[in-house]
Formats: sequence, structure tokens, C-alpha cells
Amino acid sequence: MTSTNIDDPRGLGRARIPPSRGRSSRGLARAARRVASFVFSLAVTLFGLLLVTFLIARVVPLDPVLAVVGDRATQAQYDAARVELGLDRPIPEQFVRYVGDVLTGDLGTANLTGQPVLKDIGRTFPNTLELATFATILGIVLGIPGGVVGAVYQGRWPDQVIRVVGLLGYSMPVFWLGLVALLIFYGTLGWAPGPGRLDVTQQFTYEFDVTRYTGSVILDSALSGAWDVFRNAVAHLILPAAVLGYFSMAYISRMTRSFMLEQLGQEYITAARVKGVPEWRVIWVHALGNAMVPLITVIVLSYASLLEGSVLTETVFAWPGLGLYVTQALFAADFNAVLGGTLVIGAMFIVLNLLSDILYTIVDPRAR
Amino acid sequence: MSDAGTAPGLRAWLNTDTPRSRLQARSISAWNAWQTLSSNALAMVGLGIIVLLIMMAIFAPLIATHAPNAQDLAGRLRPPGWQGHILGTDELGRDIFSRIVYGARVTLYIVALVAVTAPVFGLIVGTVAGTLGGWTDRILMRITDIFLAFPRLILALAFVAALGPGIVNAVLAIALTAWPAYARVARAETLTVRRSDYIAAARLQGASTLRIITGHIMPMCLSSVVVRVTLDMAGIILTAAGLGFLGLGAQPPLAEWGAMISTGRQYLLSHWWVATVPGIAILLVSLGFNLLGDALRDVLDPRAASK
Repeated sequence: MTSTNIDDPRGLGRARIPPSRGRSSRGLARAARRVASFVFSLAVTLFGLLLVTFLIARVVPLDPVLAVVGDRATQAQYDAARVELGLDRPIPEQFVRYVGDVLTGDLGTANLTGQPVLKDIGRTFPNTLELATFATILGIVLGIPGGVVGAVYQGRWPDQVIRVVGLLGYSMPVFWLGLVALLIFYGTLGWAPGPGRLDVTQQFTYEFDVTRYTGSVILDSALSGAWDVFRNAVAHLILPAAVLGYFSMAYISRMTRSFMLEQLGQEYITAARVKGVPEWRVIWVHALGNAMVPLITVIVLSYASLLEGSVLTETVFAWPGLGLYVTQALFAADFNAVLGGTLVIGAMFIVLNLLSDILYTIVDPRAR
Repeated sequence: MSDAGTAPGLRAWLNTDTPRSRLQARSISAWNAWQTLSSNALAMVGLGIIVLLIMMAIFAPLIATHAPNAQDLAGRLRPPGWQGHILGTDELGRDIFSRIVYGARVTLYIVALVAVTAPVFGLIVGTVAGTLGGWTDRILMRITDIFLAFPRLILALAFVAALGPGIVNAVLAIALTAWPAYARVARAETLTVRRSDYIAAARLQGASTLRIITGHIMPMCLSSVVVRVTLDMAGIILTAAGLGFLGLGAQPPLAEWGAMISTGRQYLLSHWWVATVPGIAILLVSLGFNLLGDALRDVLDPRAASK
């Protein structure tokens, strides 16, 4: 309990066995307690996020009043606007108001687009979600087998090769890899389309012929039967998703290797081998099955970090996602948009983090 | 050690089984760690890269072939090897090789600044929480968890946006998002030693809580924290470069690698070297820290090594 793996400061690989093993009514009470503590920590963490974003908005050297009235306003106009914005109130009162606004879904209006921030987020977030989802799928499909092979061949060449590939992933700036990928696959070979979500012509079709069911270009174009748009959307997705997926793979394969090594050293593995269970079954069913328990947490966390880490990738690939939106808002000094985006990404991140905790108790039979 | 006999003096002093002083005992354990570390080829490669980086930063004026900010608009965007420009020139005709050499200073500055802020703060929070326990522990760890649950890059972005772009603010933003991991590690180490007899002995001798934390608990947490810092360095360099790439880190005309990639991006398809070459520098340096960190963990953290 007290020893911590350096790779794993949150103790993902640690078994979390509840102290009492009572069934029925006691188990129900425990489940209720767990839900209560989940809701509590969710509330506390979200409150912390709100407080931090509020404080960031307070220390901004820009004067929000001046941004509204302009620098030609008279003192009286300035004061009126100040009162209207609620900036004459004490800071704690302003904070309460801010929390109230956020809770009612009012994130203000973005100067950048002239739209409510919430609407902008609804438009951009599905794109980020698409990118992160495909990257995570890639990371799982390549990372888990890589980690298993690395653990089985520990110290030998397959392990070394996978480790070096993973280490390169840990060491590479994501925006640089994106640029190099564009240079090779778009600039030189011409295999992939350029930056952006769609080609200009397809963008036109998408704007007018595709019904927005979900906000995701791929899903909506498929549901509307606009297959040209669909193909184009997938083609544009491949390169950025592969770049992000590489980083996801590096993380997942490293953790898989570590968890698999832990499992392969256990006695039940020896017992299975002694019983005559075929080696592939021992590795891929017995050991991996148990390693999957902490791995699920890792995958959820990696997904969460891709949601925020896509800021740089989106910038490189001109991907119209939430990350690009926040960055552009930042340069336009559009603080409503920046804080709204930070808040939404932060909240997603926190919820996924806690979700991984819950999933853990669902998957691990000992914690049931 | 067979060569202990051939080289008396220092080597014998380092290899003895019976150290006479605290200094000697510490030197011996450092020497043993070094022996393990130096037998690891990849670790030595990593160390070599870092030493090279430090050398490059110190002797930048001697190594660089041109002044880093000297413009030559007639010779802009020239390919590598053109008239003595080893790695070519950028959009203002500045020598890319020289800018990379000077960029080592910026990178090292950022790394050093983060390394003296975030881990120290995390160490203090973690040891205090672990030693005092009770409500102090609960509150401090709850705050740590809140920060740990935050998206790092986004938070750093928001901080830099609020404080204004620049290296120091970028470092501050990175440090603000990096400390919780150290607090966690330090607290875990503290919990393993705080009930030890030697702590009880120190307490009986009248040592204050402050003294116990700084003199008896913090040293026990150091090795874990150092390993964590080394492993995190690559991430810190990448985050700093990312902020630079977005234009929120070092400001022009300072030669920062991330910012160099950002300007080179406009000429990517026609003049590939402007954007790609600084990226290789970032890749090598963070690879160096990763290699060294991996090996350091095996040496300094026996639990992880035995796995």
C-alpha cells in the first residue's frame, strides 16, 4: 500500500481490495457509500477547477471593462459598464455569480465568433472527440500486443525494439511529428490530404447536404449517405489520428509491459503451466486477462490526456477542434472562450479520471 | 573488485567494506550506483547527450559558426551546407546551426528553473502531509489530487495567457502543473519511514517536527523524487517546446527550438530543414533524459528493478 511504483504515481497497478467482504445488504451499503464518495470528489474537484479558472481570469492584466466599452468611453460610461459586468462587487460575490453562471450553462459570448461559447464548444468538440477516439483505438490495437510481446521476450531483441519505439514516442514533440508526417505523406508522397477537416469542395457539400445528427463529420455524413464527404473526412482523419495514436501506443505498451511482467511472476501462472495449459493461453488469456484490470484505467487516462493533448496536433493539422478553438481564442484575447474551453476540457478530464476509478471496481472481481 | 588491489588510494577507499566516516559511506554508495549505471550502455548514451547539451550551452559562442541573430536577407532559406551554414539558414538568413547551439541555453534554463521549483514544492507538500497525517494530510492530498486531475497543457496555456507570454511565465505554468506528482511520490516514501525507529529516536532526543522532516525524512524521499524529475524532464522540455511552438514561450528573436519549428512551419513544404532540424534537437535531448531516467530508476529504486 505504501510502496509506489515510480512509473505509476497514482498506483494504477495496485490492487484495490476493499477491507470487508460482506454480501447483500452490506455490499449495497458499500456501493452507496462509493457512489456518494464519487459524487463528493467529483464536486470538490470541479469546484477546484472553477476556482482556478476564475482566479486566472482575475489576474489577467487585460481590463475586461475596457474590452467592452473601448478606450474612447467617458468615465461615466466606463463606470456603468463596470457595474453592469458586476466587477464592482467584492471578489467572493463575483465568484459565486461566476459559479452560478457556469452551472446554468452560461459561459458567456465569444468575441471571436460572436456566438455563445457553449455553442462554439458544441460545434468543435465532436471533432476533437473523433480524433482522440481513433487515436486511442490505434493505441490499444498496437500498444497492448506490443507490451505483451515486450514482457514475454523481456530483455531480448523484440523487447528492446518495442522499448526504443516507445521511448521515441515519449521523446518526440507531437507538433514536430505532425509536421514531418505532413511533409512526407502530403508534401512528398501525396498519399494523404493536406491539413483541415475536409477538402474545400467537400466542405461545401457538408455545409448544405449533410444533416447534423451528432456533430461528428464522419458519423453524420455516413448517416446522411453522403459517401464522398465520408471518404474525404476519413482520409483527413488518418494522418492526425496516426500521429496522436503513436503517443497513445507508447504509453499503453509501456504500461502493458509493466503489468504483464507483474502477472507473469505470479504463482497462478506457474500453476497453469504445470497443469499443461498451452503457453499462448497462459499469456494471452490468464496473464493478460488479469493485466487488463489496471490497463483499463490506463486506457481511460490516455484517452483523457489525448483530449487535451490534441491542442498541438489540431494546430498543426488545422483541425477545427476544441484545442484549436481555445488556442485561437487565446491569441484574440477572447477570455470567455478560453475559460469556457478550459472548463469543458478540464471537466471531461476529471470525469474520465473518476470514471476510470469506477470501471476499476466493476472489472476487478475482488473489488465487487 | 579485482582491481582494488592494483589501485590503492581512492579506489580502495571506495571499495572497502568498513567505511570510517559518513562521507566515505556516502561516497561508496554513490560509487556503487555509478558502477551499475555506467554498465548500462543506453544510460551512458543518455548521459552523453545531456553532457553534450550542457557543453553546448556553456561554450555556445565558441561552437556557433555565426551570431544567432545575425540576419542576411540575401541568403535566406538556403539548404544545409550552403556557404558554411552547416544546417542552412532560416527565413531571415540566420544560421540554423548557431541558433540551435544557442537554443541549448534556453532549453537548459527552462529545465533548470522547473527542476528547482516543482520538485521542491512537491517534496515539501508530500513530506509534511505524510509526517503530520490527519487533517493536514487529507486537505493537502485533496488539493494535490485536484491539481493532478487537471489537464496539464490546457492549464499551462491558460496560465501563460493570463500572465503573458515569456520564458519565466512558461516555466511558472509548467511548475504549477508538475508539482503534484512529486508530492505523491514524496508522501508515499514518507509513509514508509515515518514509523521507523530512527525517527522515534530522533523525536525522543527532542528533535522538532520541522527538523525531523528536513533532516530525517526528506533525504529518504530524495532518490525517488530525483528519478521522477529525470523521467519528467523530457515531458517538461516537450511542454516548453509546445508552448514555444504556440508562441506562448520564449519570444522572438530568442532562439528557442519550439519557436523555431513554429516559424519554419510556413516554409515546410518548400524548405523542409527550417522546421525539421530544431525538432531533431528536441527529440535528442528528451530522448537523453528518458534513457538516463529509465536507468536511474533501475539503479536508485530497487523495487522497480526487481520487477
